[in-house]
Amino acid sequence: MRMVMCREATRLMSKNLDAPLGFQERMSLKFHLAMCGACRKCNQQFQLIHDAGKAFEEKASSPPFDTNDQTT
Amino acid sequence: MASWPDSSQSDTSKPSAERQRRLAAVRPRLLAFARLQLRDASEADDVVQEALITAVEKNARFEGKSGYETWVFGILKNKILDALRAQKRHGKWQPWSDDGVEAAIEQQFQSSGRWTDVARPSSWGDPENTLFSERFWQVFDSCMIALPDNIAKIFTMRELMGLSTHQICEEAGIKENNCWVILHRGRLLLRACLEKGWLSEANK
Ligand SMILES: [Zn+2]
Repeated sequence: MRMVMCREATRLMSKNLDAPLGFQERMSLKFHLAMCGACRKCNQQFQLIHDAGKAFEEKASSPPFDTNDQTT
Repeated sequence: MASWPDSSQSDTSKPSAERQRRLAAVRPRLLAFARLQLRDASEADDVVQEALITAVEKNARFEGKSGYETWVFGILKNKILDALRAQKRHGKWQPWSDDGVEAAIEQQFQSSGRWTDVARPSSWGDPENTLFSERFWQVFDSCMIALPDNIAKIFTMRELMGLSTHQICEEAGIKENNCWVILHRGRLLLRACLEKGWLSEANK
């Protein structure tokens, strides 16, 4: 397995949001995240940014009255 | 010739007063969305205007499978895509060279590939609460505006419009690999900006 540092790990986290990672990539990322707290935070934040796009639209397109029932 | 109204073209179903009110209510949010995506206030005004007109004209086509506002947003997204294509055709997309971006990202990492002390991610607190906070959205908005134009276009196509990187490549005329590189840069820049704005706000 290829060891990766933080910079490369962020590349893999980012790609993971756009396309399936290969086996090697997945293992490298998993291993790095297990060791690195800063990258675990970064990974969560990339995910949050990813969700924010959807949330932005949901917030924007929610009807004026009655609450939307999506909970995810 | 008998002149039965052609159901596909008739305007027998003008939006009800209720729908007209909802259109007016959603307009500012359509504008905010279009501005983030097109990064040009007058173009955003235009596409929103077009989307509202289309929503009125095609009122009968709304089948109630999704919410009415969601349907109007779908129309807007198509108009935005048309506008982006037109921008591209008219050579209004900035070239991809971005020395400033590269430098900003260099500052986040040591030469070993580790985070630098100033850039190392801190905790943002509970993600659920973050997304429900009005302040977060203010910071998000200003950080989006601060992103370089060409990165922001690709980023918003992916994260706001929900296009796949494959679709984006076709629209932008770039390789998928290139698209991942741009999205990676966008996320690193946006993350750093959000952290700065969000944590400084939260500590007020
Ligand atoms: Zn790391």
